Amino acid sequence: MTTAIREQTVGEVLSANGVSRRTFIKFCVSTASFLALAPGMGQVIAKQLLKTKRPSVIYLSFQECTGCLESLTRSYTPSVENMIFNMISLDYDDTLMAAAGKQSEEARDAAIKENYGKYLVVVDGAVPLGNGGVYNTQGGKSAVQILRDTAKGAAAIVCVGTCSSYGGLPYANPNPTGAVPVSDIITDKPLINVPGCPPIPAVITSTLVQYVTLGVPALDAHHRPLAFYGNTIHDRCYRRPYFDVGKFAKTFDDEGARNGWCLYELGCKGPTTYNACATVKWNEGTSFPIESGHPCLGCSEPSFWDRNGSFYAPLAAGLIGSLAPAGEAAGVGAAVGIGAAALSRLRSRARTQSRAAEKTASKED
Amino acid sequence: MELLEFARGPALKVALVVFCFGVLWRLVGTVLLRYHRHLSEPRDGYFKAFMLGLLVGGSRSWPHKQYIKRTGYGEALGYAYHIGLFIVILFFAPHVLFIKSLFGVSWPTLPSGIVTIIAVLTFTLLLAVLFRRLAHRVLRRLSNFDDYFSWFVTTLVIVTGLMATAHFGARYETLLAWHILSFDLLLIWYPFGKLMHAFYIFPSRIINGYFLARKGAPS
Repeated sequence: MTTAIREQTVGEVLSANGVSRRTFIKFCVSTASFLALAPGMGQVIAKQLLKTKRPSVIYLSFQECTGCLESLTRSYTPSVENMIFNMISLDYDDTLMAAAGKQSEEARDAAIKENYGKYLVVVDGAVPLGNGGVYNTQGGKSAVQILRDTAKGAAAIVCVGTCSSYGGLPYANPNPTGAVPVSDIITDKPLINVPGCPPIPAVITSTLVQYVTLGVPALDAHHRPLAFYGNTIHDRCYRRPYFDVGKFAKTFDDEGARNGWCLYELGCKGPTTYNACATVKWNEGTSFPIESGHPCLGCSEPSFWDRNGSFYAPLAAGLIGSLAPAGEAAGVGAAVGIGAAALSRLRSRARTQSRAAEKTASKED
Repeated sequence: MELLEFARGPALKVALVVFCFGVLWRLVGTVLLRYHRHLSEPRDGYFKAFMLGLLVGGSRSWPHKQYIKRTGYGEALGYAYHIGLFIVILFFAPHVLFIKSLFGVSWPTLPSGIVTIIAVLTFTLLLAVLFRRLAHRVLRRLSNFDDYFSWFVTTLVIVTGLMATAHFGARYETLLAWHILSFDLLLIWYPFGKLMHAFYIFPSRIINGYFLARKGAPS
């Protein structure tokens, strides 16, 4: 039965589920819009989706908080949420599936066997390597073993969230579990990173739709889809004009902050963070952290948590900790200066004395 | 460690250490040098000689009317780009935040657009300064590596700063890292090249003025 449904095209599954053509086209057009594709590409996506067989997706959860999956399943438009699950055949997700234990492991193994070379692996969470990977095991297997076994026959890997993309919180100093991102383990498969803590739901779904319809999207150096991670938050921020005129909020919720002034001085990492928060936004396009008065933390960047010093230190601030070494260097410099001057004086005096001696000697001669 | 973190962290730390060491070494070493002993009494007393010395510190900072036709252009260029540098360094908001992060003091800033325009003008003036140095026969003969390298590190900071502001040529974090690294380079070169004139210029004028005033020379 499961196999029969999987063999159906996306169009067949959608119509069986009562999704209207209007809703479907709306979804395709908005996805094309999110992906910054030409307006006509909405129809291309629609046509492609209708005839595409639903790809098998295996969703692996490792060192994570389930926030990314929460984000995906709480996409703001219910039809979108339904649709993404109608467009893919989610054959394994130990958080969402009813089966547990041996049955769920069997479902994963069956999906791998039936779709070898064609299925998509979505990974959520970092992979611990410390002490043989004992910090995350499922069914007696370590996370790294499960990832290697599952990725072997995958067509591509999609890392959802910063933890699987770059290590995220588990990777943060001192990284007691030896957590690493998926890219450190799987190096021979197409890899798409959809970082964020969590990523924007529409970004996750649109990336999956693009993969299903048009293949691997254009990626940046960190394997992020350029359509969503091509610009900095700062470039698209509605507070940017205040940065340009030099109006900055000095404290949280001060008059400037409430008037929409730039949060740069409060540590905003928008200028070095690539994501679509400022344009796509969250909760049905309601707002994003900066709009709610909090600076961007840079959650979609590699080494999130450890990079750029404190969350609340401005990007322009030095990361030198204390000025004491510079003060000590100044002291040493002054001492060397005193020594050099003393040496110079001694030489000068010696020269004067020798000249005087020469004069006396020449007079005596 | 990313390039930006390296620039803001270890590289900046090393640059500040070298800068502080070098500046104090050269300043203290120079101040404590053995001066020629003046055996005569000052013409109008020590205090007046000192006050006249202070006056010379200011009066010699302005072109002499006898030579203004010959030196006016060079001095105007010099003044203009120095003023530009001061405004860009001291009144651009991220720079003030940088200073605040190191010393805990801050002051009002200018709009970024205005600072950017001033930075572009300053860069243009720095190009004019270089052109003048190359075109002027005497100046060219007097110039050495120190002159050109000091010009280079100063201009590099301005260029990378403008590139970072305009997001031109690379990603913002890379450009910002280049900008901070170029500033780190400037700090390291500062005490050992002619950039050190910032510390020497007024004390040396005042001391020279004092010595001349002792002899009764007019300020």
